[in-house]
Amino acid sequence: MSPRVTLRTAGRVLRQLRHDPRTVALMLGVPVLLITLLRFVFDARPETFDRVGLMMLGIIPFMTMFLVTSVAMLRERTTGTLERLLTTPMNKLDLLVGYGIAFAVAAAAQSAVTSATAYGLLGLDTGASPLLVGVIAIATAILGMAIGLLTSAFASSEFQAVQFMPLVVMPQTMLCGLITPRDAMADWLRVISDLMPLTYAVEALTDASEHGGATDLMWRDVGIILAAALAALCLGALTLRRRSS
Amino acid sequence: MSSKENAIEVEGLVVHRGGRPVLGSITFSVQRGSVTGLLGPSGSGKTTLMRSIVGVQKIRSGRITVLGQPAGSAPLRNSVGYMTQAPSVYGDLTVRENARYFGSLHGASHWAADRAVADVGLGEAAGQVVNTLSGGQRARASLACALLARPSVLVLDEPTVGQDPVLRAELWQRFHDLADEGVTLLVSSHVMDEAARCDRLLLIRDGSLIADDSPEGVRRASGTQDLDEAFLRLVVESRGKGRA
Repeated sequence: MSPRVTLRTAGRVLRQLRHDPRTVALMLGVPVLLITLLRFVFDARPETFDRVGLMMLGIIPFMTMFLVTSVAMLRERTTGTLERLLTTPMNKLDLLVGYGIAFAVAAAAQSAVTSATAYGLLGLDTGASPLLVGVIAIATAILGMAIGLLTSAFASSEFQAVQFMPLVVMPQTMLCGLITPRDAMADWLRVISDLMPLTYAVEALTDASEHGGATDLMWRDVGIILAAALAALCLGALTLRRRSS
Repeated sequence: MSSKENAIEVEGLVVHRGGRPVLGSITFSVQRGSVTGLLGPSGSGKTTLMRSIVGVQKIRSGRITVLGQPAGSAPLRNSVGYMTQAPSVYGDLTVRENARYFGSLHGASHWAADRAVADVGLGEAAGQVVNTLSGGQRARASLACALLARPSVLVLDEPTVGQDPVLRAELWQRFHDLADEGVTLLVSSHVMDEAARCDRLLLIRDGSLIADDSPEGVRRASGTQDLDEAFLRLVVESRGKGRA
């Protein structure tokens, strides 16, 4: 693995984004729009906005980065650039980590804009500092990136790639404790919920918020999220085959 | 011939794709520092053969040695350049950004990348996003990226398709300049007038090699000066043999 090649790859991915200002505008603008919408949906119940808004700050980067990565990686596979990269001395890890860095940067920008709006303009009030929320948001973004990369191997067109979004993201969103506390679920569903990485993002956000700062449980959960991302990346690396039939 | 003189050696190569044989027991070798043309109609197996040589194709049996190493092995990734038929460059980056990125994978400087772009006649279009270029220009952008690897073996899949005649002549001149520097080139084409520009010709049809000779040798064997006609005669002859 070469840090130079990894950074060049991250730079290349960010440059591709820069050439697509509409995607950048959507990435930065849509979360702001959604969180604003949420604020007025819960107009009469600010404490609910505080709870749900906080979770949205953690879940949105996951969704965005999942989508962007699965389509970007699918393009690498279908346009032959991936095959070309694999005939060069580049290590597979250079490619994966390069993508990871690029989308972590994008997620940080997205998270900064959304948080600034939520805390600054919409009066979001959470026990945890916006910076801490940002750290968790970047962890979930990296998770979304890793899972997107893995699922891109199972799609042969952009239509299919986009269809993985409801399959991968929706169940996690429903089971992670966002809609209803996990105690209220059927027992067997809680077991499934325990296996879904997004659950730990919600737990980390909630715990940090309740205790007014970083907690051991929060750091453990961030660790679980990153471990799940690493596992997905390793599985994704297996799908980057040099030889095909 | 010893493997020191040969950059590529293929022995009994068999490749199946989608359950059907695409290449049936092909054997040949390519001399170092030469330009070898791989010719044949579309669907004859040219691309599959090239993919096998760069090591991205699963093969059924046979042996391929490139620069004395098994095809596709790690030490070769710095010395084999490959240009695919469909231009595999990033459509949402400029030509210069593509060249600089692919060049950086081989340690090439920005200066070398910009030079490679100018060398394929894209100096003026260097700042243009690839998606806005014509098909011929995209192919040249892809070629510039392949040249940046400064490879000892260069495998080019139809690099001159869609190029105007002047540019095509320039590209072929460049291929020969590289060969004079010791680079081994394997160039596919389905245009017969390009065959005459090669040092050696491999004619392939339906996954079999029907000629492996110099252009002069092909003309002599078929008894015609016209390579197009020569190819036709060789095809008819190979069919006759197939039946007998």
